[in-house]
Formats: sequence, C-alpha cells, structure tokens
Amino acid sequence: MILARVLGNVVATQKNSRYGEARIMLVQPINPDGAPRGVSMLALDSVDAGEGDIVIVVQEGWSASTASTGEAGAAIDSAIIGVVDFIQQDHEVNSV
Amino acid sequence: MQLARVIGTVVSTVKNPSLEGRKLLVIQILDGDLRPTGRPLVAVDSVGAGAGELVFWCRGKEASFALEGIEAPTDCTIIGIVDSESHVKSVAREGERK
Repeated sequence: MILARVLGNVVATQKNSRYGEARIMLVQPINPDGAPRGVSMLALDSVDAGEGDIVIVVQEGWSASTASTGEAGAAIDSAIIGVVDFIQQDHEVNSV
Repeated sequence: MQLARVIGTVVSTVKNPSLEGRKLLVIQILDGDLRPTGRPLVAVDSVGAGAGELVFWCRGKEASFALEGIEAPTDCTIIGIVDSESHVKSVAREGERK
C-alpha cells in the first residue's frame, strides 16, 4: 500500500454501475515525511476519508474492489482502506 | 518478492475491518546490495517484524494469502525476516563475480 493525502473528491454521475455509492477521491501520494511524491491519482473510498486526511491506498484490484464495493470484480484498481492517525519513523533510510 | 527495511510504524484507527489488530509498517524497498530503491510503502506484518529489521515482502493479491483465515485488502505483506544481512551481501557479491 502507499501513503497519500486526500485532495478532494470527484463527482461523476455517469460511471460504471458497479461503483455504487462509493466516493471517488483524488489523492496525492506522499512520502512518510509528508512530502508529495509522483502524480496524483484516483482511489475509491471505503473508510469515510475526508479532504486533508493522510490515508492508506491499496493498489490491487481484488482488494480495492472488495473494500470499496463489497464485491470482487469491479473495474477498480485503487481504494482507500485506512485513515492514518500518525506515522512513527523509527529508522532513517534515504530513499532514492 | 523483494527485500526491504522496516523504517516506521503507521497508526490507523479507522481502517478496513479485516485489518483490525494487524500491525502496519512503513518499509523501504532495497535492492540486492541493500541500497534503497523506489518509494516507501505501507505493509501489513504477518511475521512479527520490527523497526530497523531486514525483511522480505510479497506484492499483489497473493499478499493477502499470508494472512490466513481472513481475506484482507493488502497488496504488500511482510512474509519473512532475514536472519543475516552479511549473508545477503555475500550472495550479492558472489552474483557479481559470475
């Protein structure tokens, strides 16, 4: 999973029917220190995350689909599965 | 599967029910020479790993197979703790010679 910050949600009336009521969130992947890393992406919400929250995003189809819609097999590849309270960094490793 | 270093702990109260009671750790992926590569990830622990330890992890749907008895949404699970770093380094050096 990756860490990300929630930037907001995306409203789409016309979308895949399997998405149901799940909210589509725009998230910015971050490093553990909070610095943005890479391009922003979309992920379905399964834990009522809100704008500004640091979240855990799973990037695997089965997990994302079951977490956000309750069923496997929907066209979903990323979902928010947890809201982070805090991150404790125990060990310094300089990432590349 | 890849080597990684445990560099932190993630505390999350609101999370998927299947992950309740599971330890979430921040890991930094390492290459064969134990150099950091790529971005840090959040991993579910299945072996009792702790801060600073050299571990290996599994990606994809298969990562959830390590958590027996539950179908947890994870794409990154720590599945082993490496006993000896010096052994990994010597294997890497051996590989370079060939």
